[in-house]
Amino acid sequence: LETPSQVEPTVIADAIAGGAAVWPVAIPLLGAALTLLLRRSPSVQRGVMEGSVVLMLGASVSLLVGVARGDVMVMAFGGWGAPFGITFVADRLGAVLSLVTGIVALAVAIYARADIRARRRKAGFDPLFLGMLAAVNGAFLTGDLFNLYVWFELMLVAAVGLITLDRRPSQIDGAIRYAAMSMLGATFILIGIGLLYGEAGTLDIAHLAVILAGREVTLTLSTSAFMLLAGFALKAGLFPLFFWLPASYHTAPMSVTAALAGLLTKVGFYACLRVLVVVFDISGTAIVPGIPQLAALLAAATMIVSVLAAIAQVDLRRLLAFHILGQVAYLMMGLALASSAGLAAAIVYMIHTMLVQTGLFLGAGALARAQGGYDLRLGTGLMHDRPLFTALFAVMALSLSGVPPLSGFWAKFLVIDAAFRADAAWLAMAALLVGFLTLYSMSTVWSDGFWGTTSRRTRVIRSIPPAMMYAMILLGMCTIGIGLAIDVVLTFANDAASQLTRPISIGMTR
Amino acid sequence: MSVLYAVLAASLFGCALYMILSRNVVRLLLGLSMLASAVNLMVFLAGHLRSVQPPLIPDGADTLRDSADPVPQALILTAIVIGFALTVVLAALSLRAYRAQGTLNTDELRSAEHLGNPVAGGADGDR
Repeated sequence: LETPSQVEPTVIADAIAGGAAVWPVAIPLLGAALTLLLRRSPSVQRGVMEGSVVLMLGASVSLLVGVARGDVMVMAFGGWGAPFGITFVADRLGAVLSLVTGIVALAVAIYARADIRARRRKAGFDPLFLGMLAAVNGAFLTGDLFNLYVWFELMLVAAVGLITLDRRPSQIDGAIRYAAMSMLGATFILIGIGLLYGEAGTLDIAHLAVILAGREVTLTLSTSAFMLLAGFALKAGLFPLFFWLPASYHTAPMSVTAALAGLLTKVGFYACLRVLVVVFDISGTAIVPGIPQLAALLAAATMIVSVLAAIAQVDLRRLLAFHILGQVAYLMMGLALASSAGLAAAIVYMIHTMLVQTGLFLGAGALARAQGGYDLRLGTGLMHDRPLFTALFAVMALSLSGVPPLSGFWAKFLVIDAAFRADAAWLAMAALLVGFLTLYSMSTVWSDGFWGTTSRRTRVIRSIPPAMMYAMILLGMCTIGIGLAIDVVLTFANDAASQLTRPISIGMTR
Repeated sequence: MSVLYAVLAASLFGCALYMILSRNVVRLLLGLSMLASAVNLMVFLAGHLRSVQPPLIPDGADTLRDSADPVPQALILTAIVIGFALTVVLAALSLRAYRAQGTLNTDELRSAEHLGNPVAGGADGDR
């Protein structure tokens, strides 16, 4: 094996400037350690958790300001650049997703004030939540494929802990299904990584792109590509490997479900995007043929199956869990088009869906708090008693369905427009049909949950805590803001997509 | 030699997948850890089987000559640790499920499926 020793390990960013790429991971990790020590005093623990989330959001904002100038922040640990050491690389895509993660985390932390009581904090909500945030940011910011795998595993352990916070039998059952399937997916990813290393001799994502550029396809390369796609698709919740998600997410406390819904499947998709576009260059020379076609089929099958399953549900948590899958399918559709417009659309869609999925689940929790359950058949006619909450939920539901001027309209519009431009009309038609069915599904939620008559009421409508409302207001403002300032977001997404297709090779040779 | 190891890894994969298809959670757990071993063996092979010479670049040379690549071995060490941690987590979940419901059969461990299921008519147990 030729060791790549002729490559000079050059580090373009010094430890101070490049260190900006590490803070969104380091802050929540430190916070997790600290909250673990403070387990005996829940209120102090909560304060530390909220402080860490705010600091993490601040670090992501400063990172985004840095990369918006066009720089790429690189931190090479121990001064060892690729391919020897592990690097953290913050480009536009990684930085903006880290920022969205911060916003989602802030909303969940606010909501948790009303939802996560002392017992759940003693059970470890704060350290697990911060550990999961560190893992999510780590996955968005790492420049190393094996390191990405490690973050996925950390995410899994933290998520299993969060799902089983109350130790209910349903949570244990859900967590077993989730953990078993995710371990299988991690194995697929590890197989892909091992084969890729055997072929290229490096695991740094940018370096892999340099080495594999212009390679002919081999059996090892194509096996590696399809194993990685299978593993990431399982993590993202794509057909036919999505059954773990609706079997487990609805059992967790609502703060947890909202965070998982907003973050975890998107990390799976992000890994797909990063690896398929940068390493296997599907939007350029397409080293391994057949991947975009398979991705398009997976996307179409996922969106159709998930929306039909969602329509059949009467429990709001289960209904929304199926909609998570449908939204990931739209992301995958943008990637499958393998065009720059498709990639930019997928990036806009990702920003939108992380915020709106979280908002919808938080809304579901508040609805259940008010009417005493998630069952839509309760039909309590909530809009007469809780008009502000109804309006906030309507913003989220309409954004999910793709109604202008909210962010969901632009996200769907851009993906479908890119599909027509890429001569994938069948995919665009499927997306339009599914968009219509999503609107139908949301309208059943609306007519059952909010319009129902007040005369059938069997329970008293309880008040919704202000913390829940503030969390929803934060996310609602985000979806309205993105919808109104779509030109800024789209320009940024276009830049991020073009940065993705021309990866920076930091003084790397073949 | 490599072929022998490849056949061994393949049969480990086969056995592990068979175990994972079982309805018993403990078999599933053992299958997953066996699958991790199979992958580790495969990653080990990706670094090539060479002489026993340690992976040091000799004086005056600038490439590694005749020894196996050490990076996959480092990766395997990491993967073993992670795999062990996840196995313990899954084992703890299985124990908890057995204590609460007295069964390890996945067909009977269905309280997550029943929660809010329109067909099973599961009541909305929690808020």
